[in-house]
Amino acid sequence: MSEPGVPPPEDVLLEVRGLRTEFRVLDGIVPAVDGVDFSLRRGETLGLVGESGSGKSVTSLSIMRLIERPGAIVGGEIWFEGRDLLKLSEGDMEDIRGNEITMIFQEPMTSLNPVFTVGEQIAESVRLHRHASKKDAWDRAIEMLKLVGIPSPERRVKQYPHEMSGGMRQRVVIAMALACDPKLIIADEPTTALDVTIQAQILELMKRIQAESGAAMLLITHDLAVVAETVQRIAVMYAGKIVESGAVEETLLHPQHPYTEGLLTSIPSRVARGQRLNVIKGTVPNPFRLPKGCKFEPRCPYSFEPCKDNDPPLESIGNDRKVRCWLHGLPEHALPVTVAAGTTPGGAS
Amino acid sequence: MLKYIVRRLILLIPILFGLSIFIIVLVHALPGDPCSSILGEHTSPDRLAACRHGLGLDKPLYQQYFDYMAGVFRGDLGTSATNRVSVVTSFLTRFPATIELSLAAMVVAIGVGVPLGIAAAKRQGSVFDNFATVASLIGISIPIFFLGLLLAYVFGVWLHWLPTLGRVNLRIYDFSHAGTNFLLWESLVINHNIPEFIDVVSHLILPAIALGTIPLAVVARITRSAVLEVLNEDYVRTARAKGLTSGRIDRRHVLRNAMLPIATVIGLQTGLLLGGAVLTETIFSWGGVGSWLFQAAVDKDFVVIQSGTLILATIFVLVNLTVDISYAYLNPRIRYS
Repeated sequence: MSEPGVPPPEDVLLEVRGLRTEFRVLDGIVPAVDGVDFSLRRGETLGLVGESGSGKSVTSLSIMRLIERPGAIVGGEIWFEGRDLLKLSEGDMEDIRGNEITMIFQEPMTSLNPVFTVGEQIAESVRLHRHASKKDAWDRAIEMLKLVGIPSPERRVKQYPHEMSGGMRQRVVIAMALACDPKLIIADEPTTALDVTIQAQILELMKRIQAESGAAMLLITHDLAVVAETVQRIAVMYAGKIVESGAVEETLLHPQHPYTEGLLTSIPSRVARGQRLNVIKGTVPNPFRLPKGCKFEPRCPYSFEPCKDNDPPLESIGNDRKVRCWLHGLPEHALPVTVAAGTTPGGAS
Repeated sequence: MLKYIVRRLILLIPILFGLSIFIIVLVHALPGDPCSSILGEHTSPDRLAACRHGLGLDKPLYQQYFDYMAGVFRGDLGTSATNRVSVVTSFLTRFPATIELSLAAMVVAIGVGVPLGIAAAKRQGSVFDNFATVASLIGISIPIFFLGLLLAYVFGVWLHWLPTLGRVNLRIYDFSHAGTNFLLWESLVINHNIPEFIDVVSHLILPAIALGTIPLAVVARITRSAVLEVLNEDYVRTARAKGLTSGRIDRRHVLRNAMLPIATVIGLQTGLLLGGAVLTETIFSWGGVGSWLFQAAVDKDFVVIQSGTLILATIFVLVNLTVDISYAYLNPRIRYS
């Protein structure tokens, strides 16, 4: 990662540095995103994984600068195409939204406007950003519906959202996000609200379209299975921070952070029949009373002295992998006996 | 759609039947009758009996009701007992005045109420929002007769800015070429007489404000809550994510959805106003149906009260039907079948 204020190298499309987004509510300040760093190369797919409330969605909305009161972005840099988005005017940002960066939202039932036809809604951004004529924008809408696999698009384009099924609507949302050939697609839990069979279809569609269009994709999900099938790299978030990142296969096979390990061992299919499912004990910390040291310390089976008082940094551990854990940050002799003996996540290999 | 409208119109028949029975019972429960009003207190019992016989008031109530309804079905809504003018004629001369006043009041209510409600919703919790909330509460609570008299006193008597009585100044407005009694329309479109038009408008301002205040407050409150609700919808976030400007989002995506409850309230309020504004019309000597029905009630003019109410009820239902039909345009989820 480059120095503050210096744009990242040309091949990096998006670089988020030290992003902090807070919500000021009556009871105090919630640091929903608390110093998040990651980057995304052109055409790359990155999965941002974490539980509800870990700050994934707030991160994505921050990139779009769609945080509304009482929330506010209070620090960091978001470099996109050589520009820091946080320094742009609202007008410049409007040119980027829906054009160079687009979003696919979780709820296909509610993220389409009920009083306009799907065609009007797809054509709207084409007319706005491409300055296309009404006719051209409408043709583009039909073309996009065809692209996302909606049968008889000429008829469907004139329909209203309520005349379509959930899976169909999500295809429309995807068509809307792709209509202006974006460089980055942010998909926030795009399959969570859908039936399992439809989920698979939509994921397949997104993979195909991402590959065809060459757009980079930031996929936000709590579902590790979705991530494993879809993305190249993964970043795991916990309590507003990224705790581990790396290539998807590497990370899922050999997790280096106790939280990632906990997530993986709590997936039913990974555990042999008749065996108890692992549960990460405790709950996500209260955002008003975050632990002083490592945010995962109260729930961590490996916690030892340094974890209680000091928040570990996100350290590179080679092979393009990073982890935020004292188990990897301290010299061997400072580690507790059990850990040194080889019971760390991933077997301390 | 046509089927829906026809069904709604057929539904009007039982409504009007029920209403006619309700009114005739209510009217006859009033102490006194037209004859005692016409002949006064110091008349002989014979003359009173003759008058009652002449109007058919000596028959049993059900007989009177059937006679009246038989007339209605023949298209005869009856004649006033006090001035022998047919109800339809009186209504047609007075209703244009009420329409002009009601529409002017709704222009005030919508023109101020909708922007006020939107502005308050966009700044939820701000000083402006609180001010608007308190102001609309006052607007709903203030008695019309008080507001009307206050307006008349301040702007008419004290400041001499605006006239406070009647629809026109007869020295300016020439009634010799009058026809429809829609004075705004006549002066501007038919006669192209700008001084007359200005005179009509200046007479309209104070009553319209007095009459429009309650609808204004109601519209502002509904607009605020409807817009607030829509602003929290996911599709508004989608619209922002598309890069639309906030003005365009408000006009296209927010207002269009918020229009549903607002249209309902506007329709109901317009229907109410068309029913005649007794207090406003009385204070500003406005010759509309409100003051007409009020006078009929004072005179115990049974036929006028009955027929007038039936006509207004029909109009009220038709206005509401219009609102319901507009839903189909505003909300594609309700396309009547």
